[in-house]
Amino acid sequence: MVELTDLPVDAAAITRMVTSPTSGAVVLFLGTTRQFTNAKETVTLTYTAYAPMASSEMEKLENQAKARWPVDQCVLIHRLGEVPIGEASVAVAVSTPHRRDAFEAASWLMDRLKELVPVWKKEHWASGSTDWVHPGLVHRSDENTLQ
Amino acid sequence: MKIRVKLFALTRDLAGCEEVSLDLERPVTVGAIRQNLGETFAELRPILASCAFAVNNEYAVNAVEVQATDEVACLPPVSGG
Repeated sequence: MVELTDLPVDAAAITRMVTSPTSGAVVLFLGTTRQFTNAKETVTLTYTAYAPMASSEMEKLENQAKARWPVDQCVLIHRLGEVPIGEASVAVAVSTPHRRDAFEAASWLMDRLKELVPVWKKEHWASGSTDWVHPGLVHRSDENTLQ
Repeated sequence: MKIRVKLFALTRDLAGCEEVSLDLERPVTVGAIRQNLGETFAELRPILASCAFAVNNEYAVNAVEVQATDEVACLPPVSGG
């Protein structure tokens, strides 16, 4: 199950959603918003998405994880809009018969999500300025590199 | 052929709009859209090489051909999580 939501992430509800009598392991990962990035202080973060594609990419990841590990239940939730410091912006939860698969699947899902799902974060710094976070963005002046 | 391209995050801020319309000669590829976007919006030029493109919600490389009815999106490097 995948979801994009403006509401706070309910960890207890997510845990209940993936808990199952056939599984001996539940792994829940929460990605929480951080106050300091290096020495810069963040006041709040806002997340925006290309929603239809973000949902379909998350569904693909869920299906790929289920093909690779014996995943019983899987929940991927990303929060959009303003997320105050210390709250969860993303939740990945999986249940499997044994713990190693649950850890591996959750870790793989989170890594792929950060790589492929079109969601963007904007930092609102304590200084009053804002920055979009675009990892790996290269500012090239040479337009011949475009192709 | 008119192609509309959805913009997000920094590309949206730099271009000052959520969607742009480009006029391109057939056959249109993602590479041609990337090139034309840079020519039409100078402020996007320095970052377009780092952006991915999607056609109908699927990642698409430069060689992918695009039809007028397709939904095209320019995606700067993602930062969810």
